[in-house]
Amino acid sequence: MVHQILFFVFAGLCVAGALNLLFQKHPIHSALSLIVVMGSLAALFLLLGAEFVAAIQIIVYAGAIMVLFVYVIMLLNAGEEEKSPDNSSIALYIGVPAITAIVAFVLLLLVRRNDVHDGVQLGQFMGGTKAIAMKLFTDFLLPFEVTSVLILIAIMGAVVLARKER
Amino acid sequence: MNETIKLIIFNAVKILVVTHVLLGAVAYTVWLERKLIGRMQNRWGPTRVGPFGLLQPIADGLKFIVKEDMLPPGVNKPLFILAPAIAVVFGLTPLAVIPFGPMLDAARYGWGEKAQGLQITDVNIGLLVILAMTSIGVYGIALSGWSSNSKYSLLGALRASAQMISYELSLGLSLVGVLMMSQSLSLRAIVDTQAGGILHWNIFAGLQIIGFFVYVTSAFAENNRIPFDLPEAETELVAGYHTEYSAMKFAMFFMAEYANMFSASSIATLLFLGGWHPPHPAMMLGTEGSLAYALSGVFWFAFKIFLFICFYIWIRATLPRFRYDQLMSFGWKFLLPLALANVLASGLVIALRNT
Amino acid sequence: MIPVSYYLILSAILFSIGVAAFVFRRNIITLFMSIELMLNAVNLSFVAFANVHQNINGHIFVFFVMVVAAAEAAVGLAIIIAVFRTRETLNVDRVNLLKL
Repeated sequence: MVHQILFFVFAGLCVAGALNLLFQKHPIHSALSLIVVMGSLAALFLLLGAEFVAAIQIIVYAGAIMVLFVYVIMLLNAGEEEKSPDNSSIALYIGVPAITAIVAFVLLLLVRRNDVHDGVQLGQFMGGTKAIAMKLFTDFLLPFEVTSVLILIAIMGAVVLARKER
Repeated sequence: MNETIKLIIFNAVKILVVTHVLLGAVAYTVWLERKLIGRMQNRWGPTRVGPFGLLQPIADGLKFIVKEDMLPPGVNKPLFILAPAIAVVFGLTPLAVIPFGPMLDAARYGWGEKAQGLQITDVNIGLLVILAMTSIGVYGIALSGWSSNSKYSLLGALRASAQMISYELSLGLSLVGVLMMSQSLSLRAIVDTQAGGILHWNIFAGLQIIGFFVYVTSAFAENNRIPFDLPEAETELVAGYHTEYSAMKFAMFFMAEYANMFSASSIATLLFLGGWHPPHPAMMLGTEGSLAYALSGVFWFAFKIFLFICFYIWIRATLPRFRYDQLMSFGWKFLLPLALANVLASGLVIALRNT
Repeated sequence: MIPVSYYLILSAILFSIGVAAFVFRRNIITLFMSIELMLNAVNLSFVAFANVHQNINGHIFVFFVMVVAAAEAAVGLAIIIAVFRTRETLNVDRVNLLKL
């Protein structure tokens, strides 16, 4: 009963935030809606028993990546989105039914699987920081080191690209 | 009464006590700061309102409540009102995972079978929850500057949030040394590994002196306190990100700053100074699990936090502030490599101990 | 007890809203945010399947997705700043000439 309430509240917040991102005119309101989506996703991760992933979702995604987005919006003084004269209405009339059809198809494929109808138990925290660390530094050591190099390259690239021209 | 109702009542009592004690502490920290800084500058501080100026925070609170709360023209209304709320809420949330005292053997007092800890909730990832709350607290400042529709506010907010996210890195890395020594992210488990006398605290036995220095410096920078308070200095940027705020919203920023100070002091106490353990094990009243033991644990915890807050105030009275470029180069070019070196050295010590 | 399929359906809905935002919005920054929304939807389905099979590899993959998303957001925003400096616009339809 508590599980149902928590799930539907946070799922509703996720969908509401995502729709708000789609329909708001000013990018800063879209950014704040995306932060709400990420926070609700962290709560949903906790419901699924992933405590470490929930914590790093807030620390990394909502607390660092979205701060970067909000910074760029504030620095570039991004205004409301202007109405573009070359918006095609064909894209609207074909695009919306197409996306709806794809979503319905994916949902149909999902609910026909056999293994996704078990229930999720509330409070069944699986692994923890220790289990993730053991896996990460033994089986997944190569991807870990490679992603470290990737982030280093991304830092250097961002610094070079955003520098002022001399 | 069955177990669920007892549990709910006990947790509700804990939450109410912690929140009210913290908000009272925030108000009286302002009094303490004005008195101590006044004394260090050879003047009295508040003396008029009540004996020793003790009713000054109440007078200030009344002033904030009855002052006119104006919305300047051109502000982005929802963000303007939301920003101080974000700052206060995410400054107070770390209290939910901080253990104030030892486990209380509830069966002795008829409250149930399990031992209850003097902590609102003990999560396995307590340390990560605190890092997460400090990460989200940056939004309160960034959005307040942006929504104020004023150049000074925007510059102050950008500087303050850049400073906060830069020093969050060395803050997190300084905690990794403690984490390696205590082998757990749960705050109660970290405090339990520091039992024994003063020589068992993490700053001595855990060899975390450098980690302690890095943590304290990063905590000063996270709170925008002197020597790192350029974003809200009155002589530099009018008042930085809270220029356009009046009355209750300004009071909320104030409360958020002192609540952050309180959280940072309590984390430093828990991780480096032994939490609620006394300097010598004989200095506690009563036996383990009794109410007297628990209350003397809370007393030692509060005493250490009081010393920390006096240290914060002492530094404010003594040091000048950093210039912004000095501040950023100090954070990136000195503290971050030092924190990384601390992590390496702690790892080396643990590896050598285990062989 | 919530069946895991509810989480997967939520993930599909979020992904499709991300695709819709990507197709219909014209501001570059909003396009980047819709990419982050799609990545988050995928993270949710990874964690849901990790719960079904009780295997922690799902969580580790979420970790790597987050790291790659961070790197991509940093470089992408730097490119946006560089484009804004020369073209003075954030509308993706106006960035349609190779030379100004």
